[in-house]
Amino acid sequence: MSYTEFLTEYGGRFLDGTLVTALQFVLAAVVAIALALIAGLMKLSSNPLIKGIAVTYIEIFRGTSLLVQLFWLFYVLPLFGITFDKFTTGFVAVGLNLGAYGAELVRGAIQSVPKGQWEASYALSMSPATQMRRIILPQAFVAMLPPWGNLIIELLKATALVSLIAVSDLMFEARQINGSTYLSAQAFGTALIIYYIFARFIVTPFMRWLERVMARRLGRV
Amino acid sequence: MMEDMSRYPLELTGPDVPMVRFMNVTKAYGKLVVLDSLDLDVAAGEMVTVIGPSGSGKTTVLRMLMTLETINGGVIYVDGKPLTHMPKNGALVPADAKYLRNARTSIGMCFQHFNLFPHMTALQNCMEGPVQVLGMPKTEARERSENLLELVGMIDKKDQHPSRLSGGQQQRVAIARALAMRPKVMLFDEVTSALDPEVIGEVTNVIRKLVAEHNLTMLMVTHQMGFAKDISDRVCFFFGGRIEEQGPPETLFGDPQRERTQQFLSAVKEAG
Amino acid sequence: MLDWKWDFTFEILPRMLWATLNTLMAAGIGYAIAIVLGLVLALAQRTPWRLLTLVIRELVEFVRSTPLVLQIFFVYYVGPQYGLNLSPWVAGMIAIGLHYAAYLSEVYRGGLESVPKGQWEACTALNMTPSQTYFRIIIPQALPPSVAGMGNYLVGIFKDTPMLSVIGVAELMHAANAIGGQHYRYLEPYTMVGVIFLLISLPSAGLIRGFEGWVRRKLGMR
Repeated sequence: MSYTEFLTEYGGRFLDGTLVTALQFVLAAVVAIALALIAGLMKLSSNPLIKGIAVTYIEIFRGTSLLVQLFWLFYVLPLFGITFDKFTTGFVAVGLNLGAYGAELVRGAIQSVPKGQWEASYALSMSPATQMRRIILPQAFVAMLPPWGNLIIELLKATALVSLIAVSDLMFEARQINGSTYLSAQAFGTALIIYYIFARFIVTPFMRWLERVMARRLGRV
Repeated sequence: MMEDMSRYPLELTGPDVPMVRFMNVTKAYGKLVVLDSLDLDVAAGEMVTVIGPSGSGKTTVLRMLMTLETINGGVIYVDGKPLTHMPKNGALVPADAKYLRNARTSIGMCFQHFNLFPHMTALQNCMEGPVQVLGMPKTEARERSENLLELVGMIDKKDQHPSRLSGGQQQRVAIARALAMRPKVMLFDEVTSALDPEVIGEVTNVIRKLVAEHNLTMLMVTHQMGFAKDISDRVCFFFGGRIEEQGPPETLFGDPQRERTQQFLSAVKEAG
Repeated sequence: MLDWKWDFTFEILPRMLWATLNTLMAAGIGYAIAIVLGLVLALAQRTPWRLLTLVIRELVEFVRSTPLVLQIFFVYYVGPQYGLNLSPWVAGMIAIGLHYAAYLSEVYRGGLESVPKGQWEACTALNMTPSQTYFRIIIPQALPPSVAGMGNYLVGIFKDTPMLSVIGVAELMHAANAIGGQHYRYLEPYTMVGVIFLLISLPSAGLIRGFEGWVRRKLGMR
């Protein structure tokens, strides 16, 4: 079977898988960004309880493997009476894991904003919330975008693991096709190329674009 | 554009072969010509100082001689043999890496920012070249290095890493390190420019000692006019990639002929 | 609220600890491959041949932007298609080694670029060969700034070893899956895997920082 024939035969399934991967990617990214912001801010709190919760979350999810977390959520969480379908479990697990890494980026970026910015906004009698929202976060956001670019690629790659709890993403389809045809090079190779194109020619350029836009909005060209 | 290489001899012969000869040497970065058809001879044992405003190409002269920069035209000879080129089928062609490595053994250099190896002690810095490049036994290299550290007055700091040494001390170690290779030509590239004023003397004193006690050929770029006047056999004033004026220090500093030289020297006098 | 069974926990503990050894071994071997191969990839990008640099750069980008678990499947299954059978261990080590070699090559690249230009010039002035320049002068100085990144990826490779279970490498995750399947109990084995990972990876961040300081002191650089 030539590669063209292979693609004609299985192209549709690769496309289906890619769409599921894209959906997992977007949803996991939303979860990760939200958790990163919340946990990153919480870790900066002076309240030991709030800080402790953030530290515990960050250390547990950074200290163990995503695969372990995924299986734990999938097999163990139902024992607590909490049941998600596998699709939800997939992107929530990926989001939880990468969110912990993102929280450290958020914390680092906020701390990298010069002290003078806090003092200047304080001198203008801004409330702490306004300081954070209007002065600190916009600057921190620009500072953390480049490392977020790397993290988002890691997140995309991490979504491949959801195939192991039978979410029918790109990786899952590749395994299915491999299982029925034994054309491993074609099946896995095609999937590799799709992930590569996704990361290198869609996600990375988008993040670069975002960096440029944000830098312009802050007047740093 | 290929240069006609036939005008350059394969080797310099005769009774007055200079230690260093720049013959029609041109260096350009893109369109910016840094050195324009430079001709300069340095005799064996001579101490030549290069002065001039920044951007006049004076540092480039040393860097080309150390083969840190390639040249765009002309040939440099060291001890009668071509440095930048090698003979091939009776003509000079640009030297390959192997030829260069062999040819530049006769040249040593000290840098403005010392460039000591930070992960080695003063003594290890000095021994590195003799042991690794010359293949000298360690005991012999150690003896030679310790003698040189003695000469530059750094023997009591021989086991210190560069981060523990002052700028003046680092530069003295760097001089010892270069000397350990027994070069025929020593290059000093603004060796006092990065130093605090109070330690400049300890470095210039070492160089004075070298001039007085050793028969080394030396080329030096410096901003210390008084120092240049004291110890040079000849001073070259560079301007716009050419030698504007040269001569014995008494003449060049005492009675400069060219207007640009006069302007430069009076500007330096005012500043210093 | 949950029936955690301690007797079951202790019953499976020896097997879990044994599998932990395999996990550590997999991480160690994979890392050893990555350290050496990563250096090759980094140095190959510093040759005068532009085309080689471009090809290696793109290869590194490719490996870095595709999922490790997919690469593991690829290496394991593509061999037999062309008559080359790799054991799970061999395939797994190749895949994880190559994956982290790509990451480490970037760490090395950053380290090499952090060495000041004057160091190269001093080597030329001392007439050192390129290999002497690299191995005696440049690489020792590129090491301390690389140690933090190298340490992070050592922890990273350790945390990625569970992916090797998908092709049957008998590490921790594989053991937990097997135990779970046999006893129809997943709570204890999976939780234990998580705890073991935490116990190993939490102290490692501090250890890496300490090691970085030690390397700097050892090289006399501060």
